[in-house]
Amino acid sequence: MAKVESNFKNMTATLLIITLVASAALGLVYQSTKDPIAAAQQAKINNAIKAVLPEFDNQPSSEAYVVKVDGGELTFYPASKGGQMVGTAVKTFTNNGFAGRIELMVGFLPDGTINKIAVIAHKETPGLGDKMEPKKSNFSVQFEGKNPETFKLKVKKDGGDVDAITASTISSRAYCDAVARAYNALKEGGKHE
Amino acid sequence: MSRLYNLTKGIIKENPIFVIVLGMCPTLATTSSAMNGLGMGLATTFVLFGSNTVISLIARFIPDKVRIPSYIVVIATFVTIVDLVMQAYTQSLYEKLGIFIPLIVVNCIVLGRAEAFASKNGVLDSVLDGIGMGLGFTFALTLLGGIREVLGNFSFFGLRVIPKDPWWSKAVFFHDPILVFILAPGAFIALAYLIAIFNRLKKN
Repeated sequence: MAKVESNFKNMTATLLIITLVASAALGLVYQSTKDPIAAAQQAKINNAIKAVLPEFDNQPSSEAYVVKVDGGELTFYPASKGGQMVGTAVKTFTNNGFAGRIELMVGFLPDGTINKIAVIAHKETPGLGDKMEPKKSNFSVQFEGKNPETFKLKVKKDGGDVDAITASTISSRAYCDAVARAYNALKEGGKHE
Repeated sequence: MSRLYNLTKGIIKENPIFVIVLGMCPTLATTSSAMNGLGMGLATTFVLFGSNTVISLIARFIPDKVRIPSYIVVIATFVTIVDLVMQAYTQSLYEKLGIFIPLIVVNCIVLGRAEAFASKNGVLDSVLDGIGMGLGFTFALTLLGGIREVLGNFSFFGLRVIPKDPWWSKAVFFHDPILVFILAPGAFIALAYLIAIFNRLKKN
């Protein structure tokens, strides 16, 4: 078969057509996956809120508000039952993970006690740092029912009260950092009724 | 005969990992568990299938001097489609492999097959070649991921294979998993042994 000659006109036309077709195809795929992606992410947030707070009957994700902190923002999801405040879920983060950013959902009771913690996103090493996920190990259980007022959110190596994950001190430190960030923001700016 | 060979050669005889040794970055980085290896392998298979098909169709209309940019655009399009679809429908897998999916664009095995095979062969052969190479890649990644997961975490596809603290655990070395296999050096060690075994098997 005769090859198309590599002159300016042919090359330009070829690249133009290819990129046009490619972008049209991508536009189509983007349009059709946009809603499922948004829904999946929202579902994830809602599941995390449900996992970390006691029973509630309002819509925390529609009453959410954002608090700006150093280097980012935290989202607060206030939850109530029958008009009574039952707690606040705080979507928090840290950039000190072993593999970058970690996002957690921390559930606080009205008095500032940690109820439960869920992991939203992380890229920690499977088999090591990912033990922070509640279903992989009991690491996160030690925070439950503790009030950071008296429970120092630091690993024992750094003089705190948290037992680090074996061979994952950096991940454990980052985890504490994220929880502490949520707690401090809650104490300072979070609406507390 | 030769049709079938195009499909099967990628799985053992010209396995992209063990024999051609292309695409090492995702191989070493994503295979910390069998599931991750399988997911990455299937995503790459889809991209290989798509890019081989399209490139074998359009190769003769593409002037030689712009063929690499053209192939890359085609490959990148398929990778982005995989990326979006995974994000929409397989959230948990996407979170684990997320950062590696865009890297499929520069996976040598995809461009390698486009340049060495699809641009010179017909559509049917190229499709078979893409699927075969993809399956070989998936097989290699799952095997490597499985071995690393069993040794480094005592589990396979997330299921524990060695009971926690059995009575004999203190006597033998099965008490704690060999963590290094989950970490980067373990990938090199496990891959080296696999390639050695593969070479040995090929000789016979």
